[in-house]
Amino acid sequence: MDFFLEPFDYEFMRRALLACLLVGFVNGYLGTFVILRRLSLIADALSHSLLPGMALATILFGLTPGGLFFGGILAAALVAIGGTLISRSSRIKDETAIAALFILSFATGIILIKFSTVRISLDHFLFGNILGVTNSDLWISFAVTAVVLLTLVALERPLILTLFEPNVAKTLGIRVGLLQIVLVGLVVLAMLSSLQAVGVLLSLGLLILPAATMYLLTDRIGVMAWGGAILGTVCAAAGLLLSFYSEIPSGPLIVLLLGFIFLAVYLFSPTYGIVVLAFHKRHLHEESLDRWHSSSQKHQHKKTTPTHPSDPSLPNT
Amino acid sequence: MRRRTTSRTSRHTTRPSSHHRHRPPQEGQLLLRDVTVSYNRVPAVHHVSFHLDPMSCAGLIGPNGAGKTTLLKAVGGLLSLETGEIFFGGSSLKMGTSAGMRETIAYVPQRESVDWDFPITVRGLVEMGRYPALGAFGKFSEHDEEIVQESLSLVDLEEYAERQIKQLSGGQQQRAFLARAWAQQSQIYLLDEPFTGLDTNAKTALRTIMEKLRLSGKILICSHHDTSEVPALFSHVLFLNGELIASGPTSSVFTEENLEAAYSTPVFSGKH
Repeated sequence: MDFFLEPFDYEFMRRALLACLLVGFVNGYLGTFVILRRLSLIADALSHSLLPGMALATILFGLTPGGLFFGGILAAALVAIGGTLISRSSRIKDETAIAALFILSFATGIILIKFSTVRISLDHFLFGNILGVTNSDLWISFAVTAVVLLTLVALERPLILTLFEPNVAKTLGIRVGLLQIVLVGLVVLAMLSSLQAVGVLLSLGLLILPAATMYLLTDRIGVMAWGGAILGTVCAAAGLLLSFYSEIPSGPLIVLLLGFIFLAVYLFSPTYGIVVLAFHKRHLHEESLDRWHSSSQKHQHKKTTPTHPSDPSLPNT
Repeated sequence: MRRRTTSRTSRHTTRPSSHHRHRPPQEGQLLLRDVTVSYNRVPAVHHVSFHLDPMSCAGLIGPNGAGKTTLLKAVGGLLSLETGEIFFGGSSLKMGTSAGMRETIAYVPQRESVDWDFPITVRGLVEMGRYPALGAFGKFSEHDEEIVQESLSLVDLEEYAERQIKQLSGGQQQRAFLARAWAQQSQIYLLDEPFTGLDTNAKTALRTIMEKLRLSGKILICSHHDTSEVPALFSHVLFLNGELIASGPTSSVFTEENLEAAYSTPVFSGKH
């Protein structure tokens, strides 16, 4: 037991744990919606675009969590809105527009960092520093977690309808475009709240990996979302503990842990693992063969038994 | 099944449409009046007027590029109308009409446009049909459960209810969508090429279920490109080729002459 409890004698570890739990949970839950809306790469692009806003905030206000937070939001919003404007007003498609703008934004950020009197390192931005989490960081994380979860729960049904088939959702009067904007907004919020703990690159890992893992395990969207949240939380906490003893940085360790689980599930998931599929590949094929056999048998019987099966396309049971 | 009764009288007035009769919209009837839909000002279907009464299953027939999908999407409220109006049971269906009205229309997309890897079971898909009525927080009650069960049994998919949707055959996938529409208690079913890629057995099964829907008072419109099967599949025919060539009961409208007209005239694509 001491193995688990001893690290938390230190206050910085208690704070770090709280941050890990919040960040792991909110990203893990949100990830399901990001994956099903195929926003993974857009999320990646937006994560990089945060940099100039944060650099500018540091130049203007120093290294304050609130300044970094709103600076980041501003930069992401500019890239997202700018991308949409470019794609609507020219022949350039939106993923190209956003890619072009995010790299521009990132480069601007790197230059701005040079002008900052407070030294903020690129490493910090990309990989975070969980042991340096402050109370304000935690409050931001709390607020963001609450906002993201409440929004997602409130919008769950229209979101599911939209994610599954946007056209059908539109016929039901659902504002598909607006939901997309809300979703991207939530991703940016979650990313900013994860920034201090794991950095932008690794927050992307927390966003995508748990949900991708669950996607290979379940056919229920609710299980996928909540399972992703739990997986993200557990791995974040476990990564923190391991990093305490191994002295490997916690951010990469958390993502490595999630990555190993993802690969293991990709190989050995009982439903969609490639090993299982390799053995059961013929499942559907066999079923259609059965159906073919049974229907050709019925054809032979037809002359003697005139009863017509209610649904000939169903396989024989 | 609940029949949506609309007490609203036909308060609208006839929009001036030079070459179409001014029908007052009637109870339970789907009425298109002078409907034109354009992409970038180029009309894809133009000045289409027809009506369908309850208990009709209409085949929307025409060559590629005739505007079949466009017309279905317009009726479904996915595209805005350049001219004209669409009425159901006396009330106008406009884009962004209140949710209550939107549920009366069920749009069943082409199979290729659906992500069949989506993490959802057949039952989950049918349960989605209840979401519009329940809103964001409405509790999924026993009553909803019963409707879902009834929908599944209507399309003979009860034993497949717990399967992921990709593990169904093409015909079963179409039927699952019909079950969802039934659970939504829709009155109008818009099906985009439902019979494409189905073998004879699956076609028969789908046809049987569509006939059940028709007989319970629904209106179905299916885009379809194989003219040889039309009399066996549809009670009504809408011949479309940019404009509406002919519409009415299959027995009277499905003629050589109309077929010729629908498939030989060049698609309208000039200036409006």
